[in-house]
Amino acid sequence: MVVERSLLEINNLETGFRFGDEYHNAVDGVSLTLKNNEILAIVGESGCGKSTLATSIMGLHDSKNTKIKGEVLYKDLNLLDLNEKLYNRIRGNDIGMIFQDPLGSLNPLMTIKDQIGESLEYHSDLNEEQRMTRVLELLNQVGIPRPEQIMKAYPHELSGGMRQRVVIAIALANKPPIIIADEPTTALDVTIQAQILDLMLDIQNETGSGIILITHDLGVVAETADRVAVMYAGQIVEEAPVEELFANPLHPYTRSLLNSIPHELDDDEEELHVIQGTVPSLQTLPRKGCRFAPRIPWIPAEAHEEHPVLHEVSPNHKVRCSCWKHFHFEGEAH
Amino acid sequence: MGFIEVKDLKIHYPVRGGILNTIQSYVKAVDGVNLTIESGKTYGLVGESGSGKTTIGKTIIGLEKATSGKIFYEGQNVTNKARSRKEKYANYNKDVQMIFQDATSSMNPKKRILDVMAEPMRNYFDYTPDEIKKRVVDLLEIVGMRPEAMYKYPHEFSGGQRQRIGVARAVASDPKLIIADEPTSALDLSVQAQVLNFMRRIQKEYDLSYLFISHDLGVVQHMADDIAIMHKGRFVEQGSKKAIYSNPQHIYTKRLLSAIPDMDPTTRAAHKVERQRVEAEYTAQETNYYDSEGRVYDLQPFGDNHFVALKPNEPNSSLLNETINKGGGI
Repeated sequence: MVVERSLLEINNLETGFRFGDEYHNAVDGVSLTLKNNEILAIVGESGCGKSTLATSIMGLHDSKNTKIKGEVLYKDLNLLDLNEKLYNRIRGNDIGMIFQDPLGSLNPLMTIKDQIGESLEYHSDLNEEQRMTRVLELLNQVGIPRPEQIMKAYPHELSGGMRQRVVIAIALANKPPIIIADEPTTALDVTIQAQILDLMLDIQNETGSGIILITHDLGVVAETADRVAVMYAGQIVEEAPVEELFANPLHPYTRSLLNSIPHELDDDEEELHVIQGTVPSLQTLPRKGCRFAPRIPWIPAEAHEEHPVLHEVSPNHKVRCSCWKHFHFEGEAH
Repeated sequence: MGFIEVKDLKIHYPVRGGILNTIQSYVKAVDGVNLTIESGKTYGLVGESGSGKTTIGKTIIGLEKATSGKIFYEGQNVTNKARSRKEKYANYNKDVQMIFQDATSSMNPKKRILDVMAEPMRNYFDYTPDEIKKRVVDLLEIVGMRPEAMYKYPHEFSGGQRQRIGVARAVASDPKLIIADEPTSALDLSVQAQVLNFMRRIQKEYDLSYLFISHDLGVVQHMADDIAIMHKGRFVEQGSKKAIYSNPQHIYTKRLLSAIPDMDPTTRAAHKVERQRVEAEYTAQETNYYDSEGRVYDLQPFGDNHFVALKPNEPNSSLLNETINKGGGI
């Protein structure tokens, strides 16, 4: 049997931000693997650490104010050990990144062709003419109409959807095996969102890249992901193939989230489900025991583990803590 | 018969240019919209960014000026009168309130919640300070917050809490209509659920109407009784929630509905095929749903509480369009 080698392996990653003299972990012991030709979605609400996870993989943190521990293994290399110069060779060449705000990630003073060309110039030996051929090819690939004209335009001349296509073209420029997309469609209208998601799926089919898709939108997950990791308070609380997660969600947090999606109310439903309390801040986050326990106070303390870990409850389906076995929604009989 | 009637509302912005900075053309943000608001009902206004949905809301409450058309409140013409201090418009000002998308910037950061919420009461009622305090406590309780909250400042709350305060403040003047402009778009799923729940509770308690402006078709389906779909400053389809969601007629509505992500990963492929079919149909059939200038046709009755902007069938339809384009007639 051939063991499928993972493209990217994250082991026990911790990212702590400095508050005065103390560091508080926003990402707290995350282990994940990304395989070739796979879309791994990371879902969670704001403050759960999903974007910090992405920026930690990309080495975008300032070392004075952050402390990163653990391993990010790519081709037998621990990315966290690299210095800035070596990291720059990886970024854009081996790992492409797509950010939420396309306007913020494009330089307003550079034409589209120069922005895409910049990445090619840095990472490849192509000459000017070859680069422009590649830019045109990329613009075609991401479905930009009239690429010969658009490549001479500036970002402000394009619509939001077009800008995001340009950002995707930049991320794809050097055919990176890994793409990290942080909320790539959040700022876009639904029809444009559908187009961009289709585009990402097409690209994945063509290039076989592994994609880490970070989002808060469960609909986007259902439409694109192969595998899903649900994050809460810096940790992964549930990980499963996408069909399994939607058909059989286990962790109380996952179940609560799915239940609070706005829908037309049935006759027996009075209101949408609300998760009690609020997401704890980094400083006040209880680091011991089940982190979701304060949000489900009606579940007895004995139901939680003292040191909750991820358990593989069925093949490829992992759940943290054992409270899911005893979980029921408030007011419902177990 | 509704208590607010919007008749053929148009909001055009001049586009200036040239050496003399003269008016070159107009952006027709809203171009002939009719709306009737009855008490106790929720009206969903859906469209993509730039469709003009927020502009309608802002014009009803008086933050934008109508270019033409009329807004009636209880039969009284109140078009562009919202900022008027005259006594005869006081009721209109009191009865129409707004909740904004960004709760943070809609509150004065230097004022305590007590003062933030007391302002509409001081404007419209002769309460004593004690009465104001009591009412603030009551309102905070309705949105699930403790009385101590009134002595805090806006920055001390989370986004969801601030939005709940925004809801409570809108209710403070005892309004009949609340215009909610993307009230939960900036919130997380579980917090959104909370705010939506409170909005529904308050609606029952005070017999409120909502004009619920959103781009999120899922939220609108949850909240609204009647829905209008907007595109290019005009309604393409209007009707009951059931009519819009289960029997959409206009190609734009179909396109919008098919673009909503499906929560079932097992039907992903089929959903994608369907979406691309509708998208192709939209491109192919555009001329049947929009006139030669790309303008949406007038709404026509299609069924019970269901109106669709379809191409007129009459032989003299070109004449009809001409009158409308001139903005005359009605």
